[in-house]
Amino acid sequence: MTSSFTDRLLGRVKLSGWVSLAAPVLAIVFAGVVTSIVLALTGNPVFDTLTTMVDYGSQPRSLVLILNNATTYYLSALAVALGFRMNLFNIGVDGQYRLAALVAAAVGGAVTLPAPFHPILIILVSMLVGAAWAGIAGVLKATRGVSEVISTIMLNTIATGLGAYLLAQWAVPVAGSNNIGTPPIAESARIDGFAFVPGSSLKVFGLIFLAVAVGIGFHLLLNKTRFGFDLRATGRSEQAAVASGVNVKRMVVYAMLISGGMAGLIGMPQLLGASYSYSLDFQPGLGFTGIAIALLGRNNPVGIAFGALLWAFLDVSANILGLHKISPEIVTIMQGVIVLSVVIAYELAHRYRGVAEQKRVSRELAGAASTPQKEGASA
Amino acid sequence: MITTGPLGTLTQEASISTETTVSEVAVQLEGITKRFPGVVANRDISLTVQKGHIHAIVGENGAGKSTLMKILYGMQRPDEGEIRVNGSPVTFHTPGDAISAGIGMVHQHFMLADNLTVLENVILGSEPRKGGLALDFAAARKKIKDLSEAYGLGIDPDVLVEDIGVGTRQRVEILKVLYRGARILILDEPTAVLVPHEVDELFENLHGLVREGITIIFISHHLDEVLKVADAITVIRRGTTVAEVSPEGVTARQLAELMVGSELPSPETRESTVTDVVALQVTGLTIGGEGERKVLDDVTLTIHKGEVLGIAGVEGNGQAELVEAVMGIRPSTGTITLAGEEITSWTTLRRREAGIGYIPEDRHRHGLLLEAPLWENRILGHMKEKVNVRGWWINRKGARADTERIVRDYDVRTPGIDVDAAALSGGNQQKLIVGREMSGEPKLLIAAHPTRGVDVGAQAAIWDHLRTARAAGLAVLLISADLDELIGLSDWLKVIHRGAIVAEFDPATVTPEQLGSAMTGAGEEA
Ligand SMILES: Nc1ncnc2c1ncn2[C@@H]1O[C@H](COP(=O)(O)OP(=O)(O)OP(=O)(O)O)[C@@H](O)[C@H]1O
Ligand SMILES: [Mg+2]
Repeated sequence: MTSSFTDRLLGRVKLSGWVSLAAPVLAIVFAGVVTSIVLALTGNPVFDTLTTMVDYGSQPRSLVLILNNATTYYLSALAVALGFRMNLFNIGVDGQYRLAALVAAAVGGAVTLPAPFHPILIILVSMLVGAAWAGIAGVLKATRGVSEVISTIMLNTIATGLGAYLLAQWAVPVAGSNNIGTPPIAESARIDGFAFVPGSSLKVFGLIFLAVAVGIGFHLLLNKTRFGFDLRATGRSEQAAVASGVNVKRMVVYAMLISGGMAGLIGMPQLLGASYSYSLDFQPGLGFTGIAIALLGRNNPVGIAFGALLWAFLDVSANILGLHKISPEIVTIMQGVIVLSVVIAYELAHRYRGVAEQKRVSRELAGAASTPQKEGASA
Repeated sequence: MITTGPLGTLTQEASISTETTVSEVAVQLEGITKRFPGVVANRDISLTVQKGHIHAIVGENGAGKSTLMKILYGMQRPDEGEIRVNGSPVTFHTPGDAISAGIGMVHQHFMLADNLTVLENVILGSEPRKGGLALDFAAARKKIKDLSEAYGLGIDPDVLVEDIGVGTRQRVEILKVLYRGARILILDEPTAVLVPHEVDELFENLHGLVREGITIIFISHHLDEVLKVADAITVIRRGTTVAEVSPEGVTARQLAELMVGSELPSPETRESTVTDVVALQVTGLTIGGEGERKVLDDVTLTIHKGEVLGIAGVEGNGQAELVEAVMGIRPSTGTITLAGEEITSWTTLRRREAGIGYIPEDRHRHGLLLEAPLWENRILGHMKEKVNVRGWWINRKGARADTERIVRDYDVRTPGIDVDAAALSGGNQQKLIVGREMSGEPKLLIAAHPTRGVDVGAQAAIWDHLRTARAAGLAVLLISADLDELIGLSDWLKVIHRGAIVAEFDPATVTPEQLGSAMTGAGEEA
């Protein structure tokens, strides 16, 4: 019996040692090569384009933008990854996040509370709305057996419509534009960033620490708690989990609630740290970016952090391409190729690992042939 | 046939077969070595199989039998050594290569799709094409019928696999291999899931195959049947061949000693430890509503503290459902009480917490997380036990220490507790599960085939563990296909047929023949 492709894809099977690092690095190099070929074919200077991107991406101002984008991506990918670890495909992170941010912004704008309570209230409301929206899919799956893939996709669409309706009800015109948004949130709920990168006055989201905390919490929850054990067991073998007394239906609901709650956090750094209001131009598609990054990082909080930073770097440095008359979509191609090649690279690494491991052991054991060999399976 | 093996003294009495037959050699393995992390699974193994023979391979759990067969079938590459088939050297990279060389293998765990017909299952992967595109079912059906007739397998290509019993499934697996043109057949523990009369049928089939010139290599832990059918026996111990014997020359006992390398402990005499305190009371347990066929039909049984209740039956007659109903995995009607407390509406977890241990019949699907290390598998199903958790947290240290204990006490052969469960041999996986389920002093143990796939030595050890626990008050619901195990271990026997209890026996007086005929439903009408 060997692991299935999805088990390997979703990182439920461990890859240890240097192979786990080599695989994504090789994939990124490969994606670079493919992008170079595309650049060359479209008549753009390959080397110049890449160095321009790196130069631009490493400027202080860009670094701040990268950190801020990565914070958001990180939260999104963790929300997706939690489901993945249990074999649940929460495709609805996008809708959950937008609806949650909208309601939280409206509530935040409508009330005023003393400083520590105001932002906490907003964050809690956002998590609750995200959890509730995802919970619908969880309950549907647990009680009616509806595939969470289908239901979350449909809930995304409903969230878009519902969001537009609610926004129209609650919105006020945004000052200085013809955009509409929720009434701005009072000072007491704003979480100041800090100009942390020397050479740029741009502020890094204060809630970057929240993202780090969520990452640590994710690790602890999954690997150190009973709940995490049940969740991983269900992901690895649902039948074995059932026979062991895991209430799989309840786990499905819980996992969706937690994943949705985490999705509720995605909009918070932006809402409480920069825009203070939810408006029509709140970035859509973050939930889908999260899926790609969760795959890149193999649903592991450290891997996802790297994935989020890489993704943010590519997004930010794409901004310079327009100035050089190069289509910024080249970066989208690169991101797509990275995800594909990482998936392939991990698959290859899995196969290689088996062979390499056995060869290594064989060599070592054969090398030690002069000393009495370990027999059979004695430990 | 030559006798080899470093243990001259042990092999002497066993090595009677010195006649020099000039028959052809079908398979020859020379100096095969295969290493896994921390383990040498095969060390310089040599094996010669004569054409048209039934060649048995026996050995302890983890001795390297399955590994050797996987090498011959192209699923594993040997580190060293040579394979010769019909005289010419071959190198297999995939099972496909082995199949082209006329070698087929039936794995211990069936690999048939339940919702497909026999025909579809057989052609799956080697579909016959008509004009390159369309499936040629007619040709396939004819070929299956021909094969079935030629070898006396008695298989109907058009029934659904879910509707046939294990014995027939076993024959379908064999037919599937023959369909691909195999002339050399490898069977890994083919009889583990069969009850005696099915075993007899299988062996009749095998003799039929051999008469047609097919060569059979089979692995078994049931030494009596090995002696009955094999033409030659190879004993493997700790990764190497220690003896090559002919069945006329040895007894089961000698064979077992060859396998273990020392004398077997003799079975203890035992006295009844049955008390009159009821541990488990099941009343009117039924699965399947009005009008449907009942998979479990009004089953009532009582097990006292210190009692082993054995359930005999041909596989697929409701045993699995009974076990799952008592565990709360499968919905049922009726009542279940544990030590006087009604648990009918309890969840599986709560039942386990209350002291029910569970050895499932399918260890791969229900008993293990194959891709998780042994110590995490120790936690599985025991997520509330003190050694495993502290409140909400996993107690990593405690679980690891207790896994070490199980590995020691139950003689689980493994390089360590951090290897994945998938890397253990089948019997060693089983020992780990038994050890786990006997931990934490359960009140009731539900044991479905507790010694399936374990070697004779380990089987005796597991029986000892069960008897000791029983003497301390453990109640056991025992399901087994092994009649000796049922009779030897149980204090009382019930026979299940089509979901209903149809007969009861005192194991002290019942004969395997009586039990066997009750199991097939004979005398049910009477
Ligand atoms: N894929 C693997 N990775 C690591 N070790 C393995 C692997 N497969 C087998 N082994 C080890 O090789 C040894 C031989 O295993 P094998 O499955 O051949 O035993 P076996 O004789 O078939 O035992 P059983 O009677 O229990 O089925 C065992 O110690 C096992 O742990
Ligand atoms: Mg085996």
